This record gives sequence, C-alpha cells and structure tokens, in this order.
Amino acid sequence: MALSDDDVRELLRIIDESDLAELRIETSDFSLHVRKGEAGGDAASSPTRASTGGEEVASPPAGDRTEQEEVAPQNGLVTITAPMLGTFYRAEGPGQDPFVEPGSKVEPDTTVCIIEVMKMMNSVPAGISGTVVDVCQQNAELVEYGDPLFRVQPE
Amino acid sequence: MKRVFIANRGEIALRIVHACRELGLECVVGASEVDLDGAAAHAADWVVCIGPGPAGRSYLRPEVIVHAATSTDCDAIHPGYGFLAENPRLAALAHGEGITFVGPPPEVMALAGDKLAAREQAEQAGVPILPGAEAGDAQQAAALAEEIGYPVLLKAAGGGGGRGIKLAHSQEELRSQLGIARSEAGASFGDERVYVERFIATARHVEVQVAADATGATVHLGERDCSVQRRYQKVIEEAPAPTLSDDTRAALHKAGVTFAKAIGYRNLGTVEFLVDAATEEFYFLEINCRIQVEHPVTEAVTGRDLVALQLKIADGEELGFTQDDVSLTGHAIECRLNAEDVAHGFRPTPGTLSEFSIPELPGLRVDTHCQAGAVVPPFYDSLLAKLIAHAEDRDPARELLLEALGDVDVDGVETNRALLVSVLGHSDFAAARTTTDWLERALA
Repeated sequence: MALSDDDVRELLRIIDESDLAELRIETSDFSLHVRKGEAGGDAASSPTRASTGGEEVASPPAGDRTEQEEVAPQNGLVTITAPMLGTFYRAEGPGQDPFVEPGSKVEPDTTVCIIEVMKMMNSVPAGISGTVVDVCQQNAELVEYGDPLFRVQPE
Repeated sequence: MKRVFIANRGEIALRIVHACRELGLECVVGASEVDLDGAAAHAADWVVCIGPGPAGRSYLRPEVIVHAATSTDCDAIHPGYGFLAENPRLAALAHGEGITFVGPPPEVMALAGDKLAAREQAEQAGVPILPGAEAGDAQQAAALAEEIGYPVLLKAAGGGGGRGIKLAHSQEELRSQLGIARSEAGASFGDERVYVERFIATARHVEVQVAADATGATVHLGERDCSVQRRYQKVIEEAPAPTLSDDTRAALHKAGVTFAKAIGYRNLGTVEFLVDAATEEFYFLEINCRIQVEHPVTEAVTGRDLVALQLKIADGEELGFTQDDVSLTGHAIECRLNAEDVAHGFRPTPGTLSEFSIPELPGLRVDTHCQAGAVVPPFYDSLLAKLIAHAEDRDPARELLLEALGDVDVDGVETNRALLVSVLGHSDFAAARTTTDWLERALA
C-alpha cells in the first residue's frame, strides 16, 4: 500500500479532528507515528505568541503584538499559557478557593484553572512541577489561545 | 448589526473586512496562532487568537468561534467559505446566543448538506436531477448502476464541494470502491450514506447565484461557468457562461430560483448544475449555502457587492432591487493562483514568499492576503490570490488575465502560474470548448 502526500495529509486531518492523542500504524511497507501536542505538554514549552487579551481586546492588534511580553522563560520562570480560547476561571465555582495562588506548589497534573468554552468547563493542568509566582489574568475574563495564565518557578 | 466576527482566514477574511468597512460595521477577526500576523488580522478592528495552526483546533471549533464572538460583543458571525461555513451547528449555536449567522437558517443548511435530501427536494420542485439513488448494499448498488449505465459516480450524501466522489467504470470497480467510499464518507462527513449517480463525461459545470431576503423575495444574479476543474476542484471560473443558448440560460436561472424558493432559502446561495455539453440538458447537483470563492466574477458583471449584500440580508434588510434591476455588463474571468507544485501531483508548497507582486492593470481585480515576506502555512488550502479580469467581452478578459499572469512575480514557493497561463492560452479555452473532464485530459 503506497501513501501519497494527499493520503498523509488526509490522515493527519482526520487524526487532528479526532480525540486521539497518539496513533501508530505499521504495515510491512510503511510505518506512521503521530502524536498530538496536548494542553499540559504545550504549556511549558509554548513559544512566544502575541495577542490581545481580555479587556485589551479593544486596542489595535499591531500595538498589542509589539508590547506583548515574552512567554519564554524569564529569570528561570516558566509561563503556563492558555491551551484554548475561553473564559478564565481561577476556582471551581463562585465563592470557592482558587485552584492555586502565588506560592502554591504544583505538579504537572495539578489543575491550575478552568477555561470555559460555551458552558464546557475545561480543566487546565500545570504541565510542570514548581511554585506559582504570578497569576497573569483576571478571573472571569476572556483569554485567547496562548495567552499567559501563570508564571511558575520550576523545581 | 454593529460588530461582525469573521470566522475565517486568508483572502476571504480580508474581503469580509472590506465589506464591513463599506457598511460602517466594526469587525473582529478570529485568527489561529499562525494567522495572527496575517493581512486580515491587521486590517480588522480587533483580532483574537482562537487556537493553534491546525484547523481542527481553531477554525473548525464552533464552540470556540461562538464563545469568541460573544466575548468580543459581536452581534453577527460571517463564516466565509470552507471551514464551518456550511455547518448547521455553528449557525444553531450562534442563534442560541442571540448572534446573527450570516447565511441561511440552520435547518436549510442541514437540508442542503444532505445531498440526497436536496436531490429529492429538487425533484419535487420540478428541477431536473441526474438518474440515481442511495447505494444500499453492494447488490442494490450494482443493480442501480446497471440500470443507469456505467460509468457511474459514487457520491457521499454528506459530501459536496467536490469532496467524497468516486468514479466506477464497471461492476468490479463499483464493488471494490463502495466499501471504501462508505468508510471514507463516515470518517470525513460523519455520514456513511453513499449514492449512485449517472456520470456525464462531457459536461459543463454551471452555477446560478441566487439571493433571497427575509420576506422570501428571491432573485438570481446570473450564472458562472466553472468547468475547468481538477479532481472536482475549480481552477478557472467565468461569468456569464459562454456558449449557452439563451433558452438554456433562462431555464437554468429559473431552476435556480425555483429550487431556492422551494427549500425556503435565505441570504446568498449558489445552485450548481451539470450541463450536458452536447445536448444542453441540465441537472441539479447541489446548493451551496456560502459565499463562493468565485463570487468576484458575478460582482464584476453585476456591479454588486455580494458580501455586503449577505451582511445586509442577514441584518433583516430587504433586497432593495428586483430581478428586472439585475443587468450584466461584459465578461469576467477569475483564476486561482495556488501555492502548489503542478509537476508533483499538485502538492501544496507552503513556505515563505520572498517575492510577491501582481501587476495593477485597468479591469483587473486582485483578491489576496499575501505580500512579500508572508508565510504560507501548511495547515490550510493553498490559495494565494484570485485574479479577476473584467472586460467588454470574453476574449479581451482572457487576454487581460494572461497579461496580468505574465507579470506575476512570486518567489519562495512554487505556484500554478504556468498552468493557468497554458489553460487561458489554449485554443480549447479560447473557443470555450472546455468541459469538466478537459483539464485532467490535458494534464494526462
């Protein structure tokens, strides 16, 4: 079985739109191994992204982009970025304690916040071990994909 | 309507920004991470990042699009073409949030998306359809194909836009393709139903542009010929369709409007037909619930801004003109300049555009989001620019397009420029002898 470029692209598209995290196909003629980047995995290594964010949405895009902070490690800090666009919630519900505060210790699977998309609550894991230094967003505000959420001093 | 969320990218997102400007509307572009520096994002009033590059995590997420639209105080969503443009779920979610979806109602989109149901509606409305029916099991499909006569097409009921189509020349081919067609249809469209339809070898693809307002007033804005295709994907489009007799042209217009009215269509849509090149008999193919890539040729000959018209109809305005007010001037031809390697199976060629210039000529319109230094990402379609030539007649329009292509300077990525030049310069195209099978025969 020969795979054309089109076939590979179609496979990638189907995998991309599926819930699969990883796929391995092996036959006598070929092998294909695809792994999707996941929220937690992306978070610690996500490259710099420029964006508007929350309230700032009303300023022109170019301006936001040039003033955007580096998401890459600063003073050894690692930034956890938003894995999707949605509304940022620091706690499970109104009046409840935030998942994390500055000073909180986190492990890779510690939930640090919720991002709500059309009433769907998505838990965001820290993706890294360390101590939360800074919370970058206001509760209940819109965050865009890649926006910085927390800064963490890694262990 | 005050603020429009544009759920698309590339040239069409930029085109919608311009239409919003024309109407005094604000606009927010929802861009993927790789498109944040794109022309549409820069031209819009605001931009929000809806996700990473792969469309499955950005442009194809209805919930994210609607959440982004509500959070940025938009009161309308324009979906452009492709991605979620014909996704009833996006339309329904938007309605649920009190946001206007620029397109027909969700139930009409659902009907149009079910190609078998659309065929039935056409038949009931007296619009001719090709002989065919749902494939059923292998035996039923074979009996059906025998009755219709080979070769036959196997089409996905949930397909459309040229996707999910297979050609079978014999019973053996039909049997071997049916299972594949079904599983591909299930994987691609979430609908395993496949139907068998007669194949017409020498046909023209002619489509009628229709527009309907909230009162149900429905007009056509002429037709387009999009017969130069490869793998059911259009390469060159023109308006009006050349060589059609006046009677056939009028009958096509009438059939387009009749069908649109029969299904309660609203806003702009395109009713596609296959016209037998030998007999001029025509058959309904499908209705597209979106602005088409090739809409500029209709804009050129009608002098009407179709994207602005979409926005106005969505905002509850009446058409403001009747069929008698629609008049056509001259001839327009569009070609799609793509980042693709024609010599290697039309493989997309993403990369950085080190050079990008298209000449400015009287009568030439260029719709593009590209410029020198821009990156062509690997995640999306390969369209770089649409060149639209409008002249008093077909031949001068063709020559204008050839002149423009001769001065196109794109470097850094491979393009299909040479192919476009050879098609437009070919004696068959000059004589309007191109049918839907022509390009693939010419390339073979």
